[in-house]
Amino acid sequence: MTTASTIPISTESEAPWQLPYRGTVGMVCLIIAEAAIFAIFFVSYIFYIGKSLSGPTPREVLELPIFGTICLLSSSITVHWAVAALRKDNIRSCALGLASTVLLGGIFMVSTAEEWYHLIYEKGLTIRTNLFGTTYYSLVGLHATHVIVGLILLSIALFTALTGRIKEEHSEKLEVVSLYWHFVDAIWVGVFLVVYVIGR
Amino acid sequence: MSPATRVMEAVDETQAVKRPAFEVIYDWVTTVDHKKIGIMYIVYALIFLVIGGVEAILMRIQLAVPNNHFVSPQVFNQLFTMHGTTMIFFMAMPILFGFGNYLVPLMIGARDMAFPRLNAFSFWVSAFGGFLLYFSYLGGSGLYAAGSAPDVGWFAYAPLTAKVFSPGHSTDYWTLAVLLSGIGSIGTALNTVTTILCMRCRGMKLTKMPLLPWLYLVMSGMVFIAVSPLTAAQIMLMLDRYVGSHFFDTQAGGSAVLWMHYFWIFGHPEVYILILPTFAFMNEIIPVFSRKAIFGYPAMVAASVGIGFISLGVWAHHMFAVGMGPAGNTFFVFATMVISVPTGIKIFNWLATIWGGKVIFSLPMMFAIGFLFQFLIAGLTGIMLSAAPFDWQLTGSYFVVAHFHYVIVGGIIFSLFAAFYYWYPKATGRMLNTTLGKWHFWLFLIGFHLTFDFMHIPGILGMPRRIYTYEASRGWGTWNFIIGVGAIFQAIAVIIFAYNLVRSYFKGDIAGHDPWDAWTLEWATPSPPPVYNFAHDPTVNSRRPLWDLKHPEEPDSDFE
Repeated sequence: MTTASTIPISTESEAPWQLPYRGTVGMVCLIIAEAAIFAIFFVSYIFYIGKSLSGPTPREVLELPIFGTICLLSSSITVHWAVAALRKDNIRSCALGLASTVLLGGIFMVSTAEEWYHLIYEKGLTIRTNLFGTTYYSLVGLHATHVIVGLILLSIALFTALTGRIKEEHSEKLEVVSLYWHFVDAIWVGVFLVVYVIGR
Repeated sequence: MSPATRVMEAVDETQAVKRPAFEVIYDWVTTVDHKKIGIMYIVYALIFLVIGGVEAILMRIQLAVPNNHFVSPQVFNQLFTMHGTTMIFFMAMPILFGFGNYLVPLMIGARDMAFPRLNAFSFWVSAFGGFLLYFSYLGGSGLYAAGSAPDVGWFAYAPLTAKVFSPGHSTDYWTLAVLLSGIGSIGTALNTVTTILCMRCRGMKLTKMPLLPWLYLVMSGMVFIAVSPLTAAQIMLMLDRYVGSHFFDTQAGGSAVLWMHYFWIFGHPEVYILILPTFAFMNEIIPVFSRKAIFGYPAMVAASVGIGFISLGVWAHHMFAVGMGPAGNTFFVFATMVISVPTGIKIFNWLATIWGGKVIFSLPMMFAIGFLFQFLIAGLTGIMLSAAPFDWQLTGSYFVVAHFHYVIVGGIIFSLFAAFYYWYPKATGRMLNTTLGKWHFWLFLIGFHLTFDFMHIPGILGMPRRIYTYEASRGWGTWNFIIGVGAIFQAIAVIIFAYNLVRSYFKGDIAGHDPWDAWTLEWATPSPPPVYNFAHDPTVNSRRPLWDLKHPEEPDSDFE
């Protein structure tokens, strides 16, 4: 069996050779794929606005979730702080930034839970009620699922920060998580506009 | 050998100690090596090729003569559903990803994929989907309430899939299987893009990358935008079936046309997702066997990216007869016709590569030339069908079936066979047998043309798709008999091919590391390549690094 082979090896001067960080590229790919999934749910929501055969309608039951929205959107800023702090090797600020992000995201989830409780038990709107229920719970629920995943990732990061295992060299990895979190926030802007502004 | 090369010694596998079977299986199941995963993808796809092929043969036997009662209408529905689903999701996609998995890291000079464990995960998720789909057969109607095999068509049009029309769990099996295959595909696509963008060896700028990774890059990008909508639609269908939501429930104001849009937003780009890797194989095989560099490298890249973009805007040409109105129809007619421009550029570039070259009619090249002709004809019937009035007449007839089988069998399967003959020596270290290969080629070519050339005729005569039998007075009998004979020819050819694959693994001629005198990096490794591919990270200066090594007096890098 011939096993010898030839591998081209450089003889020339070492030109600088840099490629993008694979975590970032992978996350961007994931975000594109996820954005396409969300796009389909958005299209369904917009397509079915006003096509429900029975009540309740969005105008009757939905209230603007202003507080939750503010919390979620400001958590984008705190996670950015956390990454910036880690780049400067400031572990304490990083942990603080992560903790406030988790807290703000948690508040958002609580506000969503309250809204769903209100809708289900007081207004009688479930996913089976009508097209509005179907599209509302699936779109908002899909977003909430992504928030929960993000919160789990951020909590792990927070845990490593609190136990002192996070280091400056991990800032690229934390940035990947923050990228995901920014995406979740950006999707919420879309959900807010479509569900609570256009849909009402 | 020039001083710029180093010799790499690989472990001689014949001297390796024979290990217990359990250990070998354990190694394969837990592997994260891109080459092993690639081979597993290909083997698993070949198994499903056989299963899907058996289903096709059963259908052709049923339709060979009028008023046949070989299978019942229910079984026929299950057969065409399973055939379509199997061939698209569990044969074509995995086998192309398998080749990608195997070749992309080798060709870009990387040691593995960017995320090896995600790679293994994607494979197993996708494979589990395939097993789940066929698990539905074990249910049997009523036996532990599992329902039986899916019978809603591979497109699963609403409201046929609603709980009312599809009781039992057959459609659930279909949904879950397709969902899992979609998750696997997205995972592999993510991995492929990241590998290509982040793992290229020193010197391999995007402009110096071989065309195969380029086309896999475009194809993977399309997977994000095309397969994700299918995943979303499957989630909606599952919600409809499990928790009683109303996305596609026409009784509650839901829309069946919306499902069609979602399905074809996936379904049409899917065709290009499948065809781009086969173009990629052609881009490697045709130049090597014409002994010329590929003609028009930048045009090839631009055309691939163009196909990627345009293909996302053509899905509704599957829906001309639905009633989208003249504006919608016009848009999709033109979008569909425009896509033939970049495809034409590719065909002309291949012809220009062959033109004036020293053509070697080896088996990969024979299949490649078969591909060129058949893909061209498939494109011509595609242009016919993309005209809305023509489509109104023939939609849902065998003409459409003939057209897309021309693309998929005449295009994709032929180039896959070419790829098998071309890269088998690399993966196993042994050549495939040429005599058996020629039998395979000619039998398959004859069978293919008997089946799919003649399938256009009953379509024009008005024979609809998906019917399980027909009356003798319609005059479709003779044609269907010929089609059936062609299908048997193809089946025999595939059996010869399978025999060749197994036999050559043990008895084939030793290939050596570069049997075709090729130019890309995978041929610089021993056959089969060792774990981690390259002992030293390679550095390249041109698109054909091995040409530069073999011909230091006229390297490519001087001309690019």
